[in-house]
Amino acid sequence: MTKARTAIRVYVPRDAAALSMGADPAARAIAAEAKKRGDKVEIVRNGSRGMLWLEPLVEVETPEGRIAYGPVKTSDVEDLFGTGFLEGKAHKLCHGLTAEIPYFKNQERLTFARVGLIDPLSIEDYRKYDGYVGLTKAMAMEPIDIVDQVTKSGLRGRGGAAFPTGIKWKTVHDTHNEQKYICCNADEGDSGTFADRMLMEGDPFCLIEGMTIAGIAVGATKGYIYVRSEYPHAVDTLREAIRIANRANWLGRNIQGSPYHFDLEVRMGAGAYVCGEETSMLESIEGRRGLVRYKPPLPAIEGLFGKPTVINNVLSLGSVPIILDKGADYYRDFGMGRSRGTLAFQIAGNIKQGGLVEKAFGVTARELIEGYGAGTLSGRPIRAVQFGGPLGAYLPEYLLDTPMDYEEFTKVDALVGHGGIVVFDDTVDMAAMARFAMEFCTIESCGKCTPCRIGSTRGVETMDRIIGGIERERNITILKDLCETMTDGSLCAMGGLTPMPVMSALRHFPEDFHRPVQAAAAE
Amino acid sequence: MTKSTLNVKNVAPAGSDELARTICAAHDNRPDALLEIFHDLQHDLGYVPEETLTVIADILNRSRAEIYGVLTFYHEFRRTPGGQHTIKICRAEACQAMHTQELCRHAQDKLRVKFGETTADGKFNLEAVYCLGNCALSPAMMIDGDLYGCVDKERFDDIIADIDRGAAA
Repeated sequence: MTKARTAIRVYVPRDAAALSMGADPAARAIAAEAKKRGDKVEIVRNGSRGMLWLEPLVEVETPEGRIAYGPVKTSDVEDLFGTGFLEGKAHKLCHGLTAEIPYFKNQERLTFARVGLIDPLSIEDYRKYDGYVGLTKAMAMEPIDIVDQVTKSGLRGRGGAAFPTGIKWKTVHDTHNEQKYICCNADEGDSGTFADRMLMEGDPFCLIEGMTIAGIAVGATKGYIYVRSEYPHAVDTLREAIRIANRANWLGRNIQGSPYHFDLEVRMGAGAYVCGEETSMLESIEGRRGLVRYKPPLPAIEGLFGKPTVINNVLSLGSVPIILDKGADYYRDFGMGRSRGTLAFQIAGNIKQGGLVEKAFGVTARELIEGYGAGTLSGRPIRAVQFGGPLGAYLPEYLLDTPMDYEEFTKVDALVGHGGIVVFDDTVDMAAMARFAMEFCTIESCGKCTPCRIGSTRGVETMDRIIGGIERERNITILKDLCETMTDGSLCAMGGLTPMPVMSALRHFPEDFHRPVQAAAAE
Repeated sequence: MTKSTLNVKNVAPAGSDELARTICAAHDNRPDALLEIFHDLQHDLGYVPEETLTVIADILNRSRAEIYGVLTFYHEFRRTPGGQHTIKICRAEACQAMHTQELCRHAQDKLRVKFGETTADGKFNLEAVYCLGNCALSPAMMIDGDLYGCVDKERFDDIIADIDRGAAA
């Protein structure tokens, strides 16, 4: 067979996680090797498929489909070319067809359908895979019917609080004002979460489309995406995508000839975790200290610059296009109980096969951690798993059969939150983790309310006494009392939920709070 | 992203007032763009000189106290000149599950600084951060906007040596 004259497409992710493992040098090495051999290749920088332990995961397009190789180091490139990787031939790094890798194949990708598949900044690619179908349908609907579809889909806030998105939209829709706003909360500060980042870097038009639909539904003409400064790649990708969407008239005035206008702006945070709290985020977008606001008034009635504002997480807004495209029923048919649709679970920490797994609600934590994740990276037994970020509970191994469902998790005093799952092996010291939760609160508290600002400081001191073996029983009583005050008296979830990791550590791992002082001091 | 180096401590570089004016104008002098203005100043100067606050306050029609309050609220902004490169090591939960404490100790010993300090040769600022969104490839680290995953002590040394040689990819 003569060598094909058309260039062979090779995908090398541009996702920050892939870059962190050397995707750029790998891409350069592939280009250089191809040039050296006279092979014509077209390198596409896609998003990540979410199998992060294989990053950089390079894919080669063949007539049978895309073949995956990973992790590809620059030192592997010559060998890969030598064994016919451009024809999708076998190699020790080859994983066969990407679509057939069980980790990927067994997912239910709705929100992340395009992530890793397409060139994130190609609007043509985006449209080829059903992009802008949802918005096109929405533009032909009455705004209230859009709100209705979102309500019927059962979509709940993916940022962690799980408030029904449609109800929030309805409030803004019904509040009359000449100016309304859509704010996307992309201040993904929770440890163990990276799904927002992966969507923004891997399929930014999906978020842009979701926000535009939200704008049409509630009558807002301006949107802000508040991205944390720790995500420079996401900021760059979004800004470029917004420029492209404006040029293609998918943003701006009279979108695609419709009567609708929508403008979008990216705002960068500055390393304050509390700005993920919605009212603190509004203050920050207004250029102020990120102090939490009192509620009421709800942001849906008096939000950004005092105007009615929809505030949604990246994944809530990113799930809207498919709901409008395929219908509320399609989305609602995934999931269990009152948790409808899918969640992008993020398996992280001490894990062999860490990454992103989008599944319908109802999958058990064990299936995600032991099935997909293949257990700990260290090979040691799992001891504790933190769900839902630094304000979520630590659960012991025996509770891992709990289905991932908002209500089922509440029953075991835990949170599904944003779907972050952080696995710890048996070397973890849970008293130290409880202390860290309090310490984190001292660093990140906005300082507006006393239970959070002072409570966390007293919490660190109390934990130090417990760890140091000073009047342990008495101090554990103080700790419980302090946690109760913080839970009941804090203005927002920062102080209000810091007790959750602390108390869950104490409840499930009391032995760590009673270790001999020598052992604790050796830390 | 390269930051300019400054040898003069705590004295605003000449022309920083003018730079502040230019940056404010680029943001249409909008009072709500304050964080963006600080980001731009820090990008150009490596920090936000206190001397520029009066100018910014004047242009945005906000009080200097308020501007100062915003600057000091956010961990990201520096108020003093720092080193050439900023190393941020994640010490949040997912990285702790992969023993970032050891990496943190190693980095501080190796660079002979504590978190929040600048090395004696002015090359590196060392900072602790809480989550870089690379939690499946822990421990994570960021240097001047470049992200690194699975950073153990050896990899840390290699990366620093590369940057030291000016051969950073």
